[in-house]
Amino acid sequence: MIWNETGFLNALLGGAMIGAAAGLFFWINGRIAGISGMTASLLTRWSFDTVEKAAFLIGLPLGAFLFRQLGSDTPLTVNASPATLAMAGLLVGFGARLGNGCTSGHGVCGLARLSPNSIVATAVFMSAAMACVAIRSFL
Amino acid sequence: MSPAVRLLAALLAGGLFGGGLALSGMINPAIVLGFLDIAGGQWNPNLAAVMIAAIPVAAGLFYLARLTRPANQVPSTPKRQIDWKLIVGAALFGIGWGLAGICPGPALVDVTIDGRFLVFALPMIVGLALGNRLRA
Repeated sequence: MIWNETGFLNALLGGAMIGAAAGLFFWINGRIAGISGMTASLLTRWSFDTVEKAAFLIGLPLGAFLFRQLGSDTPLTVNASPATLAMAGLLVGFGARLGNGCTSGHGVCGLARLSPNSIVATAVFMSAAMACVAIRSFL
Repeated sequence: MSPAVRLLAALLAGGLFGGGLALSGMINPAIVLGFLDIAGGQWNPNLAAVMIAAIPVAAGLFYLARLTRPANQVPSTPKRQIDWKLIVGAALFGIGWGLAGICPGPALVDVTIDGRFLVFALPMIVGLALGNRLRA
């Protein structure tokens, strides 16, 4: 097991920021911060709602850029081959849409409001992801 | 609230969310895969702290929102509807997440840092579009 205090504290603070962002988006904008659902809605007919979702999504890389300057600016490491990445992207997009949510919508917002659908979805995708990693490490 | 205030709030909420993704390590596929590798000798449990912190903070703010705003202005919790789409969708999503270590939020951040992530993000958009059709 690898554990380090800095990594843990950064994850804790980053998690609190994610929770605060989802909470404020719910409170002020009356919306669920579900990233796959919002991104998918950009592919349909646009309205003010879509612009509001787009504003949230544009904020993601801007906020990430600022916080990467604050210490945790480690290079992004990808070990998967391009073919694996492409397959993974397709599964992530399609699965999130079919299951009506991803790590943000189900894993954070849904669990925070004790949605039965999200509790089941989160248990399923966490188990599937961990099983996928375990199986691949044996291959 | 005026449209301008709403858009600014959305942008700031997105910024705070993205900052959290970057600070926590969620945008780094290697860290995410290390967290998912519970059976391996190199398991990195740090990212559990993301959910441990995010869920109670969000829950507290959801609660305050419900106290202070009319019921029709905050989203209600969806009815229990656990069908094959939810289960199969979540399973496929999990497999994809386990293959790459990237979920949708980090994907949108990572493509702005390194163009190689387009190999993941573009098929993800295609997958979202296909999923839209199947849900319709």
